[in-house]
Amino acid sequence: MARALIHMPQAARRGDVIEIRALIGHPMETGYRPGADGRVLPRDIIRKFTCSYNGERIFAAELHPAIAANPYIAFHTVATESGTLEFTWEGDNGFAQSETKKLSVNEA
Amino acid sequence: MAADTAGGPAVKGSSGQKTSNPRGLSPGRRSLLLAGVATPVFLMVRPALATPPSMTQAIKDFTGGARLQSGRLTFEIAELIDNGNAVPVTIRVDSPMTDGDYVTSIGIFNERNPLPDVVRFSLTPRAGKAEVSTRIRLATSQKLVAVACMSDGSWWQQTVDVVVTLAACIEGEVN
Repeated sequence: MARALIHMPQAARRGDVIEIRALIGHPMETGYRPGADGRVLPRDIIRKFTCSYNGERIFAAELHPAIAANPYIAFHTVATESGTLEFTWEGDNGFAQSETKKLSVNEA
Repeated sequence: MAADTAGGPAVKGSSGQKTSNPRGLSPGRRSLLLAGVATPVFLMVRPALATPPSMTQAIKDFTGGARLQSGRLTFEIAELIDNGNAVPVTIRVDSPMTDGDYVTSIGIFNERNPLPDVVRFSLTPRAGKAEVSTRIRLATSQKLVAVACMSDGSWWQQTVDVVVTLAACIEGEVN
């Protein structure tokens, strides 16, 4: 289980645009780099990142080997209602991880 | 026997043509020599890097051949990059992000990494703000293109040139 860090406010006013920053520990091995034995290391990257807000997909990213190790993605969303945001990462060698964060939305 | 005598004059005729050429080379042989000189240029081994045509092709695959307009898109990246292993980039699109007018996707492409694709983002009107950031790898100094698609089907782009001093993708494992 890779370590994932998600930074976002715990509470927001309805209609506010909040920033979400998601980072996950992953080597993102490109498949072009030689290892210690001189042989090229096989590719091992995260291919896909998605974020759902109360079950509705609000953001997705398709990653390629040109994304740096420990992929960091920052994006925005409108705080519409209290609920959960689910973050999922999928990648090579059956890599799959999901994290959830609660967001409480107050009336303005 | 009749065939032999018929073949004789034909051979003579052709050698006569050759001697009439001042350098003793028929046009066919000369072009063959020229081709021999020119061939190594075409046989030069190309490095396994994404070249501008492959970037153009990758952008075409993404846009479906749509016309790209300049503007509405801000591609934020340092012009001089010390370390190509993790380069922060931010893409900002000038869009109200309402249900009727929003950014549907953003793609980043490069010229000289091993692969032309970098990342593709899919956005919805619920983003509220068309701004995404990530960290990318750059193999060398090159040109990067960011492309965004709007909900009305128009495509926008911005190109940036960057100088990279320490390359990613090429060095081996750090011990």
